[in-house]
Amino acid sequence: MIPAAFEYFAPKNLDEALRLVERHGDEAKLLAGGHSLLPLMKLRLSAPRYVIDIGRIRALHGVREEDGRLVIGALTTHHDVESSELVRQRCLLLAEAAAEIGDVQVRNRGTVGGSLAHADPAADYPAAMLALEAEIVATSSGGSRAIPAGEFFVDLLTTQLRPDEILTEVRVPVAGRRSGGAYRKLHQPASGFALVGVAARVRLGEGEKIESVAIGMTGVAAHAYRAATAEQALAGKKPGAKLLGEAAGRVTEGVDTLGDMHGSAGYRRAVATVYARRALEAAIARAGGKTA
Amino acid sequence: MATATKKYVGKPLKRKEDPRLVQGIAHYVDDLTLPGMLHMGVVRSPYAHARIRGIDTTKARSAPGVAAVLTAEDLAGAIGPVPCAAQIPDMKAAPRPVLATGEVRFAGEGVAVVVANSPYTLRDAMELVDVDYDPLPVVVDPEKAVRKDAPRVHEELSDNAAYRWELEGGDVKKAFKQAERVVKLRMTNQRLVPMAMEGRGVLAQYDRGDQRLTLWSSSQIPHILRTQIAAMLNFPEYGVYVVVPEVGGGFGSKLNVYPEEALACYLAMKLGKPVKWTEGRRENFLATIHGRDEICDMEFAVKRDGTLLGMRAKIFADLGAYYQLLTPLIPTLTGLMICGCYKLPNVRVEITGVLTNKMSTDAYRGAGRPEATYFIERGMDAVAAELKIDPAELRRKNFPKPEDFPYATATGLIYDTANYQGAMELALKQAEYKKLRREQAAARKKGRLLGIGVASYVEICALGPSSAMPAGGWESATVRIEPTGRVRVLTGSSPHGQGEETSFAQIAADMLGVTMDDVIIVHGDTSAVPYGIGTFGSRTLAVGGTAMYRCLENLRDKLLKIAGHLLEEDPAKLVLRDKRIVSKRDPKKSLPFGEAVAAAYTAKSLPPGLEPGLEATNFFEPSNFTFPFGTHVAVVEVDRETGDVKLLKYVAADDCGNVINPLLVEGQLQGGIVQSIGQVFFEEAVYDEQGQLISGELTDYALPHAADIPRIETYHTVTPTPVNPMGVKGVGEAGTIGATPTLVNAVVDALAHLGVRHMDMPLKRERVWQTIQEATGGSAGKARKAR
Ligand SMILES: Cc1cc2nc3c(=O)[nH]c(=O)nc-3n(C[C@H](O)[C@H](O)[C@H](O)COP(=O)(O)OP(=O)(O)OC[C@H]3O[C@@H](n4cnc5c(N)ncnc54)[C@H](O)[C@@H]3O)c2cc1C
Repeated sequence: MIPAAFEYFAPKNLDEALRLVERHGDEAKLLAGGHSLLPLMKLRLSAPRYVIDIGRIRALHGVREEDGRLVIGALTTHHDVESSELVRQRCLLLAEAAAEIGDVQVRNRGTVGGSLAHADPAADYPAAMLALEAEIVATSSGGSRAIPAGEFFVDLLTTQLRPDEILTEVRVPVAGRRSGGAYRKLHQPASGFALVGVAARVRLGEGEKIESVAIGMTGVAAHAYRAATAEQALAGKKPGAKLLGEAAGRVTEGVDTLGDMHGSAGYRRAVATVYARRALEAAIARAGGKTA
Repeated sequence: MATATKKYVGKPLKRKEDPRLVQGIAHYVDDLTLPGMLHMGVVRSPYAHARIRGIDTTKARSAPGVAAVLTAEDLAGAIGPVPCAAQIPDMKAAPRPVLATGEVRFAGEGVAVVVANSPYTLRDAMELVDVDYDPLPVVVDPEKAVRKDAPRVHEELSDNAAYRWELEGGDVKKAFKQAERVVKLRMTNQRLVPMAMEGRGVLAQYDRGDQRLTLWSSSQIPHILRTQIAAMLNFPEYGVYVVVPEVGGGFGSKLNVYPEEALACYLAMKLGKPVKWTEGRRENFLATIHGRDEICDMEFAVKRDGTLLGMRAKIFADLGAYYQLLTPLIPTLTGLMICGCYKLPNVRVEITGVLTNKMSTDAYRGAGRPEATYFIERGMDAVAAELKIDPAELRRKNFPKPEDFPYATATGLIYDTANYQGAMELALKQAEYKKLRREQAAARKKGRLLGIGVASYVEICALGPSSAMPAGGWESATVRIEPTGRVRVLTGSSPHGQGEETSFAQIAADMLGVTMDDVIIVHGDTSAVPYGIGTFGSRTLAVGGTAMYRCLENLRDKLLKIAGHLLEEDPAKLVLRDKRIVSKRDPKKSLPFGEAVAAAYTAKSLPPGLEPGLEATNFFEPSNFTFPFGTHVAVVEVDRETGDVKLLKYVAADDCGNVINPLLVEGQLQGGIVQSIGQVFFEEAVYDEQGQLISGELTDYALPHAADIPRIETYHTVTPTPVNPMGVKGVGEAGTIGATPTLVNAVVDALAHLGVRHMDMPLKRERVWQTIQEATGGSAGKARKAR
C-alpha cells in the first residue's frame, strides 16, 4: 500500500490551483478528500506525477442559499452536507444521500466535488444530483461553465470535466411547495457503496396528480442515469400502488445493467424496482406533507 | 474451586490489558524499529499454477536502496520447507517451500524476496523483479480435483487426493437397514479468510557476537515457532529467541509457521541487519491460511418418531496447494465431532483431503468443530422437517442424559460431562420459544417471512491430552513471588486478545490473597517463559491456567509452611487473605504476606528442609479434552422482495463450566457469534476457475458491521468439568460453533413453508431472493435468463 513517487502541491487559492492544473494537466491529479484517489494510488492503479491538494482553498468549502438555489462548494464534506440544517430543510433527499455514504471517517473526509468528479458507478451523489437537476460548475483559467447533471456523467469514472478544469461548486434548485424527495439505497455489503441507489423527487399538482418527477439511479449501470421511461409513466398521473409498481418496474428499461459477485444483473434489476418504488413512496408521502 | 478467597474469581472485571490498547501505547510488531533496519517484501505469483521459466532479478538488484533479492535458486536449500505437524496414515507429502521452486501452485505464492532500506524503495524495486511464467492447468473444485483427468497440483503425486480418512463406530449398515426413514442433505461450509485486524508481521535481528537470533512475530505459538525456525534454518535452538509482542487477533491464522518468518531470519543473518516484514491486507488474503472449505453429504437413518439410528457423512475437504502446520488435521476434527450432542450409536465418516491450486486451509476459530456442528445441526433440522417434528423436540429426544456422562461417542471420544437439556431449556425459555412459534404463525398469515433457528452444540476444548495432539497437548507455567511480594506468572501459552492477563491474575490474586495489581502475567517471550504449546483450541485457561494453578498451590503451601514456622501455628490452620497470613482459629496470630515472602528469600528462619526462594514450575498434562455445550436461538425476518435478512433476536445459552470472569466469557461469545454472522451472511473466499481469489480485497470480502449486529443475549448453565481442578472448559470458539447453524436454521425456517429445505452459505441477499423466487415461481427465472 505504498504509492509511486509524486510531486505534491498545496495551492492556497483557486487561481494558483488553476495555474497548476493548466501547467500539469494530464499528468496531475487534484486531491480533495483523498478517499477515492489515495486508495487507487496506494494500489498503484493510479500513479500521477503531480498531486495538487486543493484542500486549503477556503472558497470551495460550505453551503449557502442563493437565488432559490443551494450552492454547495466542491470541498464541502459529506458530513457537512448530511448535517447542514439548510440542506435538511431545503433538500432532504441530498442530506439523505450524503448520510448513506460510507462510514463516519469517509464522510468526514470525502467531498461533494471529489465524489462527482470521480464518478464511481456506485456512488450516491450522482443519483441525487440527477434527480435534483443540479448544475455542476467547472472552472478553468478561461472561466466557468455550468454543466447540467444530466450531461455530466459520461461513462464509468468519466465525466465532462476537462483536465484543466476544477469542479468548483454544485447548484441545486430548491424545490417549491408540494414537493418531496427521498434517497433509498441497498448497500453492497463489503464496500458500502450502492448495489442500487435510487433518488426520487416528486412535485404534486392539482388533484394530487404528479406534476413533475425525476428519478436518479446509481449502482445499476456504468454511470448514474435518469430513469426516463419510469418518469414518463408517472407524469400527470395520480399515484397509487399499482402505478408506482408499474413505473418502478421500468427503471432499468433499456439500461445495460452491471452484474458482479455482489449482485447479478438480474438481481440488480429486481432490487432496483423495489428500491425505486420505496423511494417514490417516500417522496410522494413527503410531497403530500407526510413524514416518511 | 479451592481458592483462599473469592475476591476476584467469578467477577466481571474489566481487562487489565485494555488501558494500553485503547490508548494506543501498546506495541505490535510493526511498531518496533531497530537501528539499521531493512524492509522485506515478497514478490508473489499472479498465477494459481505455472512453471517458473526464469526470474530476472538484475534490475531489482541494482535499484536504489536495495540490499538483496533472493529466489529459491539463491537459497539453494538453505531453508527447510514450511513445517507440518499433522500426520494422517497414508497421507501424501505436499510440503511448501519457503519460496516457490520451479513451480507455483497458488496465486500469492512467494517467488522472490526483496530487501531494501525503506518500504518505499522496496515497493518500487519489487516491481522490477521479472518472472517468466508458463501457465499450467488449474484445479480449484475439490470434487473435480479427485477425478482421474484432473490437472495435478503436484506433478510428482499420483493424484490430488491427499488422504482418505475413515472412521466407523457401531454397525452403520444395520442401522440403515432398520431405518424407517432416510434423510439426506448436501451442505457446504465455505472457504473463509480469518481476517485478524492486525495482519502478520515479522522482525528478525541477528547478533553476530553472541550468535543470537531474535524473532519478533505476531504469533499464537512462540515456542513451536522457535523450535521450527531452528529446524528450518538448521540453527541451534538455544540461539533462537522468539518474542511475541501485542497481537491484533489470530483466530488460528497465526497458529502457524510461515515462510516469511524463516526468510526474515535468514536475511537478517545473511545481511547482518535487522529485517522487517509487514503483511499487507492483500497479502493477508492471498497468503495467510484460510479456514473451513468442506463439502458434506450427510445421510441419517431414523425412526419415524425421530430416534436417530445412524448416520453417514462423506466429506470433501479442500486443503489448498500445500500443508501448513495443521492443514491435514483440521478436517479430521470435523470427523471426530460429527455426532454432535446426540446419541448416534452407528456412524461412518469418510473424509477426502484434497489438494487444489489455492491457499492452504488450516485452523480457523473452531477448527473442524464449526464444520461438524454445522453439518449435524443442519442435518437435524432436515430430519425434523422431514418427520414434521419440532426441531427443539427432535434434539431433546436424542440428547444423552446428564447421568449418561462420561459419554462415549461412536467416533471414539469420551465427553466429560454435560446437561444438554438444561442449556436448551434455558435458551428456549429466554427466547420465549413457544410464543415465537405463535408469532411466526401469525406473521406467515400476513405474508411475512419470520424464521426461528435452534441449534445445540458440543465442542471439544482444552486441547488436549498429548496422546491426541500432533505436538504435545500439555501447557506450562512458572510462578515466582518476588522478594517485594509481587507475583510474576510466566505462562507457556500465548494469549493474544482473549484476556488471560486478567483472568490469570484473578486466579493468582485469590489463591495468594493479594490484589490483582500485585500480579503480572508474562507471556510470549521464549527467553522469559518456560516452553509452552500456545494459545488455540480454547485451551489457555483450562490447560495453561491449570499449570499456573498447580504452581500457585505449591507456593501457597510453601508460604503457609513458612508462616506456620514463624507464627508457631499449624500450616493447615492458616489462610492467605488480604495480604496477610492468618490463623483460622486465632485471628490475632497473623503475619503480613510480605514478611513470609521476605523470609523465603532471607532464608534465615525457614522450616527445616524447606528450600529458600518462591518459585514453582508446572507442566500440566490434561487427562482428557473438555466438551462445552449449549443451545442458541435466533429469530430472523426475510425481506421477500430483496432477500435481505434482518436478525431480530439472538439468545445463547452456553456452558463452559466454571466462569472466572463473566465479562471475558461474554466478550468471547459475542465475538464468536458475530464471526458466525460473517460466515452465514457475508464472507466467502471466492476463487474463480483460474484460481484467482476474486473476493480478495475488503471492498469485495464483506465482513459484518456493528450495525448488522442485534443485541445478543447470553445466558449460562454451569457444569464444571472434572478434567481440571478449576472445572473450567474453554469458551474461545463456542460462539462461532453454536451460531452458524442457528442462523442458517433460522433463515431456512423462515422459508420452510414455501418448501425450502436448505440453502448454502453465505446467505447473500441474492441467494435468498433467488430461493424465494424459485419457491414461489416468481420472476427470478426471467431475470436469470436476461443476464
Ligand atoms: C471505505 C470507503 C467507503 C466509501 N463508501 C462510499 C459510498 O458508500 N458511497 C459513495 O458515494 N462514496 C463512497 N466512498 C467514496 C467517497 O465518497 C469519496 O470520498 C469520494 O468518492 C471522492 O471524494 P474525495 O473528496 O475523497 O475525492 P478524492 O479522492 O480526493 O478525488 C477523487 C477524484 O476526483 C478528482 N477531484 C477531486 N476533487 C475535484 C475537483 N474539485 N475538481 C475536479 N476533480 C476533482 C480527483 O483528482 C480524483 O481523481 C467511499 C470511500 C471509502 C474509502
